[in-house]
Amino acid sequence: MNAVGIRPVAISVDPPEVSLEFARKAGFTFPVLSDPNAEAIRSYDLVHKGAGANGRDIARPAEFLVDSSGTVRWINLTDNYWVRARPEQILEAAKLLR
Amino acid sequence: MRIRFFTWQVWIGFLICVVALLSYPLFFVRFPVTRDFPWANLFLYCVATVFLIVGLRRAFGVAGTRRRRILGFVLITLSLLVFGLFCFVVFIFPRQLPPSSAAPQAGQKAPAFSLTDTAGRTVTLTELLSTPLSGKPPNGVLLIFYRGYW
Repeated sequence: MNAVGIRPVAISVDPPEVSLEFARKAGFTFPVLSDPNAEAIRSYDLVHKGAGANGRDIARPAEFLVDSSGTVRWINLTDNYWVRARPEQILEAAKLLR
Repeated sequence: MRIRFFTWQVWIGFLICVVALLSYPLFFVRFPVTRDFPWANLFLYCVATVFLIVGLRRAFGVAGTRRRRILGFVLITLSLLVFGLFCFVVFIFPRQLPPSSAAPQAGQKAPAFSLTDTAGRTVTLTELLSTPLSGKPPNGVLLIFYRGYW
């Protein structure tokens, strides 16, 4: 990601302590942000009502590539929770931003 | 003891069904090749089917007894239930995602946000787009929304 000048940013409803543990275990060096009230998640229309532990609202999986002007250039809205964007797909999309 | 070992193929077939179910979320999801379509697990189910058919033919064959037939019937029913559960977990349940029809599309402005990072600092989308990455401003940001860690 760094090589193509893209900063990954992960977002979920998890509180910072949980995200810290997650990022530590996964070895992430990029920002992992907390959206406990699902405000950003709602503004991106990604709310998955009641799908989290204890029936809380969480985000459905999705990726958005945003350019330096703040415009969305590529999105991935998987229709299957197990199937995620592969790194090659993201790197291809990142070439759009050069 | 004699019954179980006479119809050992049916037991093996059933065990393979259970392994095929559990190995998807525990192992095969780690590799995109076996995750995006569970061909490895479906292959295991084919192998299980062979064992079940061989075992059932023995249980219902000349040397079969009523107890063996009942055992064979119970195990194949359980195997089918396990396979059904596998299909639900892999094909049906994960597709029950909200449509997200109002999500920003390519060409639209990404909605602004202000969220907390793991160090407790407030971070905005604007900052993420402008704070240098390896010494120069990033070409862009990849927002990865995920369910959460649990």
